[in-house]
Amino acid sequence: MELADNNKEGGSQSLGAYLAGHLREYGLLVALIAIMAFFQIVTNGVLLKPVNITNLFLQNSYIIIMALGMLIVIVAGHIDLSVGSVMGFIGALAAVMIVNWGWPVWMTIPACLIMGAVIGAWHGYWVAYWKIPAFIVTLAGMLVFRGLSLWLLEGQSVGPFPRSFQALSTGFIPDFLGAGRPNATSLAAGIIAVMLILWMGLKQRAQNRQYGMDDEPTAFFVVRNAIICGALLYITYKLAYFRGLPNVLVSMVLLTIVYNFITSNTTLGRRIYALGGNEKASKLSGIRTERLTFLAFVNMGLLAALAGLIFAARLNTATPKAGFGTELDVIAAVFIGGASMSGGSGKIVGAVVGAFIMGVMNNGMSIMGIGIDYQQVIKGLVLLAAVFFDVYQKNKS
Amino acid sequence: MNSLLEMRSITKEFPGVKALDNVNLTVAEGEIHAICGENGAGKSTLMKVLSGVYPAGSYDGEIHYAGNLAQFSGISDSENLGIIIIHQELALVPLLSIAENIFLGNERASNGVINWRETFRRTEDLLKKVGLSEAPGTLIESLGVGKQQLVEIAKALSKDVRLLILDEPTAALSEGDSQALLDLLLELKTQGVTSIIISHKLNEVRRVADSVTVIRDGATVSTMNTKTDDITEDRIVRDMVGRDMASRYPDRTRVAGDMLMEVKDWNVWHPEQKDRQVIRNANFNVRAGEVVGIAGLMGSGRTELAMSIFGKSYGRNISGEVSMHGQVVNVSDVPNAIKSGLAYVTEDRKTLGLILEETIIKNTTLANLEEVSSRGVLDEGQETAVAEKYRDAMNIRTPSVFQKVMNLSGGNQQKVVLSKWLFAGPEVLILDEPTRGIDVGAKFEIYGIINELSAEGKGVVMISSEMPELLGMCDRVYVMNEGALVGELTAEEASQERIMSLIVTE
Repeated sequence: MELADNNKEGGSQSLGAYLAGHLREYGLLVALIAIMAFFQIVTNGVLLKPVNITNLFLQNSYIIIMALGMLIVIVAGHIDLSVGSVMGFIGALAAVMIVNWGWPVWMTIPACLIMGAVIGAWHGYWVAYWKIPAFIVTLAGMLVFRGLSLWLLEGQSVGPFPRSFQALSTGFIPDFLGAGRPNATSLAAGIIAVMLILWMGLKQRAQNRQYGMDDEPTAFFVVRNAIICGALLYITYKLAYFRGLPNVLVSMVLLTIVYNFITSNTTLGRRIYALGGNEKASKLSGIRTERLTFLAFVNMGLLAALAGLIFAARLNTATPKAGFGTELDVIAAVFIGGASMSGGSGKIVGAVVGAFIMGVMNNGMSIMGIGIDYQQVIKGLVLLAAVFFDVYQKNKS
Repeated sequence: MNSLLEMRSITKEFPGVKALDNVNLTVAEGEIHAICGENGAGKSTLMKVLSGVYPAGSYDGEIHYAGNLAQFSGISDSENLGIIIIHQELALVPLLSIAENIFLGNERASNGVINWRETFRRTEDLLKKVGLSEAPGTLIESLGVGKQQLVEIAKALSKDVRLLILDEPTAALSEGDSQALLDLLLELKTQGVTSIIISHKLNEVRRVADSVTVIRDGATVSTMNTKTDDITEDRIVRDMVGRDMASRYPDRTRVAGDMLMEVKDWNVWHPEQKDRQVIRNANFNVRAGEVVGIAGLMGSGRTELAMSIFGKSYGRNISGEVSMHGQVVNVSDVPNAIKSGLAYVTEDRKTLGLILEETIIKNTTLANLEEVSSRGVLDEGQETAVAEKYRDAMNIRTPSVFQKVMNLSGGNQQKVVLSKWLFAGPEVLILDEPTRGIDVGAKFEIYGIINELSAEGKGVVMISSEMPELLGMCDRVYVMNEGALVGELTAEEASQERIMSLIVTE
């Protein structure tokens, strides 16, 4: 994962100047490490036990998946308050389809994803073509789909799901390459990932040099990659001694890679950033801003549906309370990850790291036995601190 | 007569620009004093100095008001002494009532509790004074512009105005409303209110003004008095525009080629005000290699004409047709307009032209991302190469194309906008105030770029408020007034006096 931005002011700069220009990106990484180190110590090593690492991924996967879509919505200059309700509604829909109507899993999953996209299209239509503020449209959606989940479930919990559906969330990649512990497939995947990261990092560096973009000082490059790769190897090693790679982790990583590519390397992504940066100028440059806004919401609905399926699969039941307040965690993750409230800036990797920071804090504080009351207070203050840091940085320059 | 106001050798500098250079203005007690000058001559800056928007110390020179040296540190200081300025964009809150607006910030209240009885009673008195028969509780948004203007004046009267300053008060008014407003000024004069009126409409100036001061390029050119001087519109026009035109414009061989773009019977209505027609039956054309100017004052509809043609980006109920090479083309939205070979370089580059927080590269390629991508995947190397190419061609002064455009000067920002549109490969470029707010050196470079474009056979439409620029650059000039093209002059026929007289004599 590339954490550092690669397109800032050019020219050769001193280490200090470089660091000052990229403080936010490194700061996020350092914050995540510091928070993990802190909880590792205060929980006496429980945080990074294999079973807990696995739990961390399972518990946060749906937040991370929705953060990918939310980042795009926020970059485009909007917000989506409905994702928690939509997630709960889709989980309820899946439960009703499978348990009450007896639909097979292979039919339920695509039907639910399509439903999610349709819900996103509903929101996107009002925002993009009628220019109703997204805050209002999705606030309405939040109420509507909360109500519809209650109606679908008739106020009851519906479950359990068949095993094949549960595997969406609690399944693990089978060990093709070996048997038992350590899980050879996980180890191999970890090593391949590290090699890919290093190879892509070096390639990017070579390209930056060629076009005269400011490249990261060598020391930074080495330290940053050593930390990322070391962490990755450590985590896969730990996971290999538990049950291997969880399915959700794999889908999460794949989605992150795909969305990172879309946002940073395609015309579609570029146009979304342009739209969020200056909608009028983008429109006058021939960008179909309405359609892009619409698509951003369709995508958000799709990812919220996926998150809903994963969440229901993990709990093995659909409850009317599922997804309650989740939209706030998702939005907080995106802002902690450095996206700007006014649109036009923010990174996929930032949003993912932001979600992890929230997740590690939730998990760590729960292990420590801190009450939900204090947890909320602390999370709130962390969000404020992160955004304050952004604003402060911006005012200083 | 005593002078109420004397502004002595006022000089105001902004980074890189001298907006006012030794301006003198003397206004006698009880007169109506008109200030005339082209757009950008420094009239508004002078009024901002007077009203304290630019506080004492930020300019050189002295202001004497009612016999004392005035040093205002903000608008409230000048308002306390009865100097009230009414800006062109009215400062009323549409969803509040007339009474609430008149006493906004100056509420008739005790301990924070508003005394509505007194508020309404005093509002009625004030409305009577300005001749507006509306109930004090009427919401501002239900009033027309002319009546809103009267509310502004009533608001000024509520503050015991002594010197009333009106910045182009009749620019947005109909003939009848303008007459009523001017009558009111004359009426206020008899009650001892001194006024300064900034106006482009010379017939109005002649009708009400006792003296006229003409400002040009930030300096006072002349001051005339109806009693001692023979003020004619010709004389004012000459003073407004008369400056030397020595080679500030690079030479160009003028060869007009085949007909490139034609606009026929173009009509546009205002996007919100249903019955207001903004463009009336406009017809114009551009040939290959030709630079065609559109002259006119701000608000005459030039930008609206350009934006409505460029993908219907302005207005509603648009009718008429645009053809390229004799074929009617589809300009129903911006992507189609670009496909048809049009480009529009906006007058407002910061809000409509650039994404300020993005790099030069990303701004340069924005209108033509297809060219630097394959199957939707961007080639960053190619993008960088394109931006580098235009940086060299346009002489954009920046350490790197990775620089964010917000860090560039106005002239360099304008070159980035031009780069973006040149990279889109248009046949006709509509340039809206291409040199506004940029320094003389950069202006000359932009003129050079325009000449190169015409040499390549592109058609250029140049909208400008600076008449010397139009005369120096264009092969033909259309004159626009109140939404209609009221005249067409060839380069030989065109002169500042002729253009100005087409504008001021409706």
